[in-house]
Amino acid sequence: MKPVIQLVDFSKTYASGEIEVKAVRGVSLTMLEGEFVAIMGASGSGKSTMMNTIGCLDRPTEGKYLLDGIDVGTLDRNDRADLRNKKIGFVFQGFNLLARTTAVENVELPMLYGRPVLPGREQRRRAMESLAMVGLAGREDHTPNRLSGGQQQRVAIARALVNRPALLLADEPTGNLDSRTSIEIMGIFQRLNDTGMTVVMVTHELDIASYCKRIVVMRDGLIKSDTEVAGRLLASEQLARLDAEQQAVQLHP
Amino acid sequence: MIGATLKLAIRALHRNLLRTLLTALGMIIGVAAVIASVSMGIGAKVQVESQIASLGQNVVMVLSGQVSRGGFNMGFGTAGTLTKEDFDAVRREVPGVKGASPEVRSFAQLAVGNQNANAQVIGVGGDYLEVRAWPCTSGGTFGESEVRSAAKVAIIGRTTAKTLFGDDVDPVGQIVRIKSAPFTIVGLLQAKGMNMMGQDQDDIVLVPYTSAMKRLTGATTFRSFLTQAESPDDLASVQTEISELLRQRHKMGPGRDDDFLVRTQQEIAEAATATSRVMTMIIGVVASVSLVVGGIGIMNIMLVSVTERTREIGVRLAVGARGWDVLFQFLTESIVLSLVGGLLGIALGATISQSVPKLFQVPTVIPAWSIIVAFGVSAATGIIFGFYPALKASRLDPIDALRYE
Repeated sequence: MKPVIQLVDFSKTYASGEIEVKAVRGVSLTMLEGEFVAIMGASGSGKSTMMNTIGCLDRPTEGKYLLDGIDVGTLDRNDRADLRNKKIGFVFQGFNLLARTTAVENVELPMLYGRPVLPGREQRRRAMESLAMVGLAGREDHTPNRLSGGQQQRVAIARALVNRPALLLADEPTGNLDSRTSIEIMGIFQRLNDTGMTVVMVTHELDIASYCKRIVVMRDGLIKSDTEVAGRLLASEQLARLDAEQQAVQLHP
Repeated sequence: MIGATLKLAIRALHRNLLRTLLTALGMIIGVAAVIASVSMGIGAKVQVESQIASLGQNVVMVLSGQVSRGGFNMGFGTAGTLTKEDFDAVRREVPGVKGASPEVRSFAQLAVGNQNANAQVIGVGGDYLEVRAWPCTSGGTFGESEVRSAAKVAIIGRTTAKTLFGDDVDPVGQIVRIKSAPFTIVGLLQAKGMNMMGQDQDDIVLVPYTSAMKRLTGATTFRSFLTQAESPDDLASVQTEISELLRQRHKMGPGRDDDFLVRTQQEIAEAATATSRVMTMIIGVVASVSLVVGGIGIMNIMLVSVTERTREIGVRLAVGARGWDVLFQFLTESIVLSLVGGLLGIALGATISQSVPKLFQVPTVIPAWSIIVAFGVSAATGIIFGFYPALKASRLDPIDALRYE
């Protein structure tokens, strides 16, 4: 397996006023193709900084970050934008869909900035394909306000997938969702991961992290632990269990 | 890429339709003011030019001196310092003079049968119609022999002819009584319309100046006479020569002011258009100020729009938009906004300029260049005032933008 993410002695320092804040202090971490990693930690642990750096939204102050073999630290703003466009699919906690814009147009968004730009018909075809992958075929023309939170997050995942990225990066993807919908979303991630997609997500919920294969826990800008998930949950089983429980409740009023 | 960005911009503007229209209002008013004021300025210029042209071709006017009565200056033409001898000398001695004619003006009662009219009767020479480039539609002018013999012949203007004879009668050969003296009509003038003062130039009767002086006014001097230069290039030299000749004839030593005034047609035209040019300029400046105000309105609303859509900008940057893409998107939006304002402004300005002649009897002309300039200026306003907000949007940090509440 080739490495998708390589952090070598990565540090990030923010200058807030006169005080320098060291958000991450010398972290080395490698994630291989096909991994499914949860980054956990309390607020201020440096996990958001890790996320922003892995997502090429920011550059390391010290150390190196290689994404799919490319040294991100040497790239300027525009090159990083191109790299994000090609290699990374983002999923956010608040979905961040464009309001009053249909699902399919939201999914087409990253392709508007592709180099080269695909013809309109090809964009539409890929967006439809992507929506079908997250189980939203038939809802292409719905605007976000006509979709439930789970459906909105599916649109966001479809948007993240549409440029066939090397890495799917999710920032608290279930933070705004109820528990059942959260499991459904985790199910989508698990299915994508089964097809070989590398998935990295930041979460503070341990039960959500249990759907991943590996958990990296951060504390005070350092990795506190980095472990394989023991007793990994499968979304399909959990959903089936939930259905059974619900049925049981209905049978014994 | 441009098509997609344009679609995006139109959609974003359509979403806040009321806001878009209110913002565009500044541009609409500015552009409409420019279009309307230019059309009025050009219209006035065209009108003045056609009126100056109706004076004749390459005309040099000579007016007699001014007289003061009780402290009031009565203006040039009141002193009667021009004599028939002066006129003959000018005609004989000034090179480049093609034709010349005095103008002896008076009002007189006219009668044909039981029809009455009061019209201006001008005593003129045989060259008058040629100097003023004023042809007859029927009959013709009188000649030098009629002038010499103070013959009772007349050329009649269109309006006067209509009053006295009705529409369909050719008055040539008929008799008109001017102050009860019978004059034979020899020519009917082509219609000429109003002059600069709004007077009807066709309510007129022309008679030999000798007849006018002897039978109608009793005057012995001329208020003014017109001369015609052979070509536009001769105007200046004819003007100087006439001045020198008249100063000599009037025995005026150096240092004494002329007791006459020589004006070329060009000078009259320039004086007449100067006022309207200044007016056009003032309105133009006011209109440009309102364009700037409109532009500031656009800048203001674009800044609001950028702030409102910070998260959207963050998402776009995150999924791979370069700064340039965001800049281009917002710039397109402000250009579309100002062009919408510009186009509506052109439409409004054209409407105003169409209705002005009906309301105020002022002619208007919309030149093609004013529309092109208005269009270009509104596009430029969009670029200039949209650039800063767009730049601000493009420089947003994606992390901060995504976190923006």
